Amino acid sequence: MPEQLVMGNEAIAFGAIKAGVKMVAGYPGTPSTEVLETIAKNNNGNIHVEWSINEKAALEVGAGAAYAGARTLVTMKQVGLNVASDPLMSLNYVGVKGGMVILVADDPGPISSQTEQDTRHYAKFAKMMVFDPSSPKEAYEMIQDAFEYSEKYGEPVFMRPTTRICHGYQTIELSTEAEEREVEGFVKDSDRWVIFPKLSYNNHIKLEKKLVEISEDFNTYRFNTVTGKGTKGIIASGVGYEYVKEVVGDREDIKIFKVATANPFPEKLALEFLEGLDSVLAMEELDPVLEREITYVCGKYNVNAKVYGKLTGHVVNAGELSADKAAESIAEFLGEENVFAANQISAEGAPELPARPPVLCPGCPHRASFYAVKVAMKGKKTRYCGDIGCYTLGNAMPLDMVDTCLCMGAGLTMAQGFAHAEEDVYSFGFIGDSTFFASGMTGVVNAVYNQANITIVLLDNSTTAMTGHQPHPGTGRTMMGDVVNCVDPEMILKGMGVKTVVTADPLDLENAVEVVKKTAEEKGVKAIIFKSPCIAVTKPAQREVIDEDKCINCKKCIKELGCPAIVLKDGKAFIEKSMCFGCSVCETVCPVQAISKAGGDK
Amino acid sequence: MNMNYLLCGVGGQGTVLAAKVLAAAAIAKGEEVKTTETIGMAQRGGSVTSYVRTGYGIHSPIIPLGTADVIIGFEPGEVVRNLKYLKKGGTVVVSTKSVMPVTAALTNSTYNGEEMVEYIKKAAENVIIIDGEKLCNECGSDKVLNVILLGAAIKSGAVGITLEETKDALLKRLPAKLHDLNIKALELGMRG
Ligand SMILES: Cc1ncc(C[n+]2csc(CCOP(=O)(O)OP(=O)(O)O)c2C)c(N)n1
Ligand code: SF4
Ligand code: SF4
Repeated sequence: MPEQLVMGNEAIAFGAIKAGVKMVAGYPGTPSTEVLETIAKNNNGNIHVEWSINEKAALEVGAGAAYAGARTLVTMKQVGLNVASDPLMSLNYVGVKGGMVILVADDPGPISSQTEQDTRHYAKFAKMMVFDPSSPKEAYEMIQDAFEYSEKYGEPVFMRPTTRICHGYQTIELSTEAEEREVEGFVKDSDRWVIFPKLSYNNHIKLEKKLVEISEDFNTYRFNTVTGKGTKGIIASGVGYEYVKEVVGDREDIKIFKVATANPFPEKLALEFLEGLDSVLAMEELDPVLEREITYVCGKYNVNAKVYGKLTGHVVNAGELSADKAAESIAEFLGEENVFAANQISAEGAPELPARPPVLCPGCPHRASFYAVKVAMKGKKTRYCGDIGCYTLGNAMPLDMVDTCLCMGAGLTMAQGFAHAEEDVYSFGFIGDSTFFASGMTGVVNAVYNQANITIVLLDNSTTAMTGHQPHPGTGRTMMGDVVNCVDPEMILKGMGVKTVVTADPLDLENAVEVVKKTAEEKGVKAIIFKSPCIAVTKPAQREVIDEDKCINCKKCIKELGCPAIVLKDGKAFIEKSMCFGCSVCETVCPVQAISKAGGDK
Repeated sequence: MNMNYLLCGVGGQGTVLAAKVLAAAAIAKGEEVKTTETIGMAQRGGSVTSYVRTGYGIHSPIIPLGTADVIIGFEPGEVVRNLKYLKKGGTVVVSTKSVMPVTAALTNSTYNGEEMVEYIKKAAENVIIIDGEKLCNECGSDKVLNVILLGAAIKSGAVGITLEETKDALLKRLPAKLHDLNIKALELGMRG
């Protein structure tokens, strides 16, 4: 195929297909999601592709397939690995037969995540190889290498791209051929596949030995390189390497050590790099992992070079890197001018810019659900434990309905903590449908067992909206293109022992308010399922208009709901025709019935 | 020749298609391309910036500050936000119509586009101002602002691709029934 513009995540997907991947399991999470989606879209039927219910499930499904000898890819975002860390920390000891790549996308910034954690620490912690691509093109090649290394050493490996690799596009020549590979099948061997303390001890010894061997191997790995000469050197990885190259261009008087494998660190190659250097600058996204490695190598081999980076305050230690930040650090390091400074326009006298914060869409059912609870509980002492998804945006004004947000699944369980600690409060746990399947269900059993006095509000919008509308068990669609039975949260809740489970349409606002009022007064664990689809997976209804003659200009619709379709026009509320989704919630809110369905045209 | 383009606007304005067209025209000439986008959280109405870099030996996916040859601005406030990327002597093509932030009704925002356009005129050397709203009306579609702005950018001579190259790349990406409309939009954009 000729060169085409390919997204980093697509490049990784095509690389995995080329390497003959047989099993792909993951859980959505920005910026990793498109890897699995691309494989599903280009599946010739030979690959099993699934959205698992969470990352732990994905890794365990993957482990089974890899034990059987299939090449396996498991995908997730960085915080997903926290969820999958239990199987991870044993899988490394047991090892695999079929090559297994665990693709974990890190998100410096963070741009769409709750943390800025660095997966390379997990690689060290779990004593695993990690591959860190610096561009989409390299990622395409590297994922194929990753499968090879995994099989060569019988160990799962990490591939850790960051947002700019995942979501960057580059011209790449792709092959669409898939390597033919036989799956040998599982061979029973209790000394190999059943983890026991003795096996762990023995394998720990083997693993440490392997790491030394792999470090040796990585000294000549094709994407670990040392270039240039002189007394000053820069060690860099991932997109950080590209930033460095952007700044120094083809200069030959600076040594550059590009490290594609932070673990195990290629020590010999590092020594070659350090040869003749008096100072080193470390340029890497997230944590100072390479910086510590190179400092360690200096100490171990008595090399007299000073190492600069995040630990010394010479590189920013939070947020995303950029070519500009790299230019600043490199200018200081070399004692030269910042190469980009000369050509910039001064921002002096610039007018104040409008903020464009994220908001719930016009017609979003979550808005109605939050508003119903808000109205129903007005004047009562409440605790609103939120969770992660589009519905976190229920925190924004004017709804202001999220008191806490911690991690996926924490809403339901934190609500129990509040209920036990503060007996006089109405404690609510809000949870999305995808989040419910991912990590909400165990929290429900916990509440039932421990007699918590909480109201569960399940916001069922028939999709995983936040990460781009992936299907989940409640939708009845799979990534293999099959239509299967929907898993019904109402039956789950009842089966778990929740006595009161009420399903209601939040867009029928008056009824929704009544349901909340009644349900919240009951003692014990009770649940409301607010069921109404995300606007991305349904069709708009007849839009609403405001009758100018009836409108008394109280602006209640604006002040209470914050729907982006209701704007101020000449000082009065006005519904922007192109934006209204026709959810009719504002119709209910208007005290003088000035809002109604538009006749005729939509 | 290496070129850096920055396209900016508000979600839903079609910046990404325009970026793809610029990229495709460069690829057709055998050049390397890197592009990326910064989009706030998924919801509509946020700021969107696309970076397109064409030529050889491109490293950073994001354009360094002070190195954009051309800014194609779909919204004047968003251009002001990104002006730091423009190089001295670079060109700005900007549509005058401002888009109020979706939260404007709540915050009593007094944001106005004219002030932004005035500032851009003062701060940058080559500024091409396009009455995007009027030209869209002339085309009879509010979906062609991206193509109008591409037309204006080509006319300015500041972009490294020709009208023919743009047309080729554009029409390949659109269904046949939209071809006439988009050719008209390109021409109107070139007229200015
Ligand atoms: C452990 C973990 N995995 C994945 C994610 C990415 N993520 C953010 S929100 C979300 C699910 C949102 O779906 P849902 O609960 O249905 O709410 P909706 O966005 O549809 O309102 C996911 C998977 C995460 N934040 N944490
Ligand atoms: S994408 Fe769907 S769930 Fe998310 S804010 Fe919009 S309507 Fe609501
Ligand atoms: S204007 Fe009213 S009916 Fe239209 S989307 Fe907003 S709240 Fe719903």
